[in-house]
Amino acid sequence: MSLRPASAHTTLKLMIVDDSNLIRRRIERSQQIERLEVVGSASNGREAVDLFRRVRPDVVTMDLTMPEMDGIECVEELVALNPEVLILVVSALADKATAVEAIEKGANGFLCKPFTDRQLNEALEELLAEA
Amino acid sequence: MLTEGEIRTFIDGTTHYFETSARQAASVGSPYLVTDGKPGAYEFTGIIAISGARRGVVYFSAPRGMLSVLLMRMQETDSSEDTIKDLVGEVANTISGNARRDFGKNFLISVPTVIAREVEKVTVPHAKSYVIPINWRTHSAKLVVCLE
Repeated sequence: MSLRPASAHTTLKLMIVDDSNLIRRRIERSQQIERLEVVGSASNGREAVDLFRRVRPDVVTMDLTMPEMDGIECVEELVALNPEVLILVVSALADKATAVEAIEKGANGFLCKPFTDRQLNEALEELLAEA
Repeated sequence: MLTEGEIRTFIDGTTHYFETSARQAASVGSPYLVTDGKPGAYEFTGIIAISGARRGVVYFSAPRGMLSVLLMRMQETDSSEDTIKDLVGEVANTISGNARRDFGKNFLISVPTVIAREVEKVTVPHAKSYVIPINWRTHSAKLVVCLE
């Protein structure tokens, strides 16, 4: 079953993955995209895969450096569960090779920490333009 | 030991963090070398273990007062101990992760370990560390880089 929305006005479900509760709250508070609704958050890759199966989000923000299962491995698992999911990696890892690897594994965008609210929303808008 | 350029990477990462997250620049003092294995710490310390191409630790250490104000600048209303610890770990993680722009992908960083108050437990693996003093508003903090 495809989770890709039928129109640009459909509400999309957002899942936030980061081992920092502070960052998870920051993303939830700062994202101003009207058609995005936060449906859950997870603090590591393993939790994220479990939550993904339950809430079936359309969009995911994904940290990379996390305990249990890191973000790159998690991206692979989420894309295997739903190739249509849109994934924005939000990570402090600023080297190009990591960004390229994340994209190759199935992520759709990369936002480097630290970020401003404006940068977050622009990155999400750009991601949704693919929907 | 670190080259001048490598120290500059951490200075730039520190200033970028405050400019972006707090929307208020921090001033960074002259980095100095500590050779007795005791670079010191403030009340809260976020420690990142480094492995791969380099080995050692990077830590960010700051007093509660600075971290509380930083949270406010980030529009965070919760300034509980857990959130303060989360923040100090996140600062260390972000500055260390950003350093991969210059150090490359094999500069491997751990998830943060946070130490609150027990400053004697903040240790470094080698005698020599570089300390980067940070001044922000009325507060002082430090970034310590101890790499082989």
